[in-house]
Amino acid sequence: MLKIENLHATVGGTEILKGLSLEVNAGEIHAIMGPNGAGKSTLSYVLGGRPGYEVTGGSVTFGGVNLLELEPHERAAAGLFLGFQYPVEIPGVSFVQFLREAANSQRKSRGEEPLTGGEFLKLAKEKAALLKLDMDMLKRPVNVGFSGGEKKRAEMVQMGILDPKFAVLDETDSGLDIDALRVVGDGINAIMRAPGKAVLLITHYQRLLDYVKPDYVHVLAGGRIVKTGGPELARALEDEGYEAVT
Amino acid sequence: MNDLAALPTTRDEDWRYGDADYLASADPVALAHWRTLEVAPGETKCDCAVHLSGNEAKGLVDRLRVHVGKGGRYEHFATNAAGPYARYEIEVTLEEGAHFEFGGVTLGGGIKRQEFVTRTIHAAPRCTSNQVVRAVQWGQSVGNFLGRIEIPKDSQEVDAAQNFRAILLEAGASVNAKPELEIYADDVKAAHGAAIGALDEQAGFYMASRGIAPEVARKLLVRAFIADSFEAIGDENVRDDMLDRTLTLLDEAAV
Repeated sequence: MLKIENLHATVGGTEILKGLSLEVNAGEIHAIMGPNGAGKSTLSYVLGGRPGYEVTGGSVTFGGVNLLELEPHERAAAGLFLGFQYPVEIPGVSFVQFLREAANSQRKSRGEEPLTGGEFLKLAKEKAALLKLDMDMLKRPVNVGFSGGEKKRAEMVQMGILDPKFAVLDETDSGLDIDALRVVGDGINAIMRAPGKAVLLITHYQRLLDYVKPDYVHVLAGGRIVKTGGPELARALEDEGYEAVT
Repeated sequence: MNDLAALPTTRDEDWRYGDADYLASADPVALAHWRTLEVAPGETKCDCAVHLSGNEAKGLVDRLRVHVGKGGRYEHFATNAAGPYARYEIEVTLEEGAHFEFGGVTLGGGIKRQEFVTRTIHAAPRCTSNQVVRAVQWGQSVGNFLGRIEIPKDSQEVDAAQNFRAILLEAGASVNAKPELEIYADDVKAAHGAAIGALDEQAGFYMASRGIAPEVARKLLVRAFIADSFEAIGDENVRDDMLDRTLTLLDEAAV
């Protein structure tokens, strides 16, 4: 589904990704762990196409298409979802308005009929309930006044509504208490555990992986994948630290 | 009154951001003309307008003088999307307990020079005013707001607020803000603020990551930005109509 080969990327002239290769097949969940500054967030932004993150070498194909040639909004329409470590606040634009625009923009580019107001609200209510987020919060401006945990749950509500094929979730577990972590973990499973879908979970900690069981765990250090293993690798990292394991 | 020698130039403080070429060739009689409006005591009047470029080859200056009687209220909401030079000037005199509400948006590109000029005279105690002006400029355009607030010494317990914010969509566009407060009374509240910036790139990428195309994202962000100016419009339909009509003009701008 997603194939990254020898990816090099710079931010502000500094090379952050230095030959990263990774392949994720449909139906799989991969976790990427690694020390601070390893390039984890850079990887998610490069996949999302954030301006300022320049690819200087290598390739990324997504569903057989050259992902790097697509504009950020086209990547979303192709089925890529980016869960932000720090979701952005947008004063003056309500979540409902924002997400309906997003859902219908994606549908339009896929040649599908737009959702009516009623259809959209029904979908939004269903996904908000799944993530135990009060529907009234979606009537407020995007992420404005949300706590850290609410922002992360709102990210997952968005994922549920947009129903992507592939999700890159950048530290979705940070800022969550134990109960919220379970809710978010269950949400990821409910939305993304499906034969035609895949997830790349970027995390610092083992704890999210207790709820969302990865098929593969990779260690990202110095801008490349330095070790790959099964779920036991995450546990070893938690117990012994990155230096000892890699 | 129509003194030919008094034809303004950009050396005049009140016209310093005006269009020098236009002023040099303007008809002095037309330029000195003020429309007048009387708001009777206790009465409320509201004007809403979206000004587009008309047939004026060089520009236009529109001057409105309003007198608001005791306890009256005058509301004026306008988009200035006209040009090449378009100046909308409002002078309001407030009697006791009267209120002036102003929401203005300048929006344009090319070489347009758009200005709002207000002069709010708090002529009696306990009158209030609130002005919210937003500018969205691209190309080589210029958006100006000159807002003078006068509070003479016997006008106690006056509350006057003025807020200006601008978004420049492209390098080359500019804005000028000139708050001017003349306060001689001691028991008053007068707040003013001005800020200039670019469209929020982080918000733009966040929207794109959800599938929203750049031109749609920009429209949503600009809509949210200028909505501040029209927030005080009581009728939601009128408010939305003002926003929609203003935003269609944004399509002229390159993304």
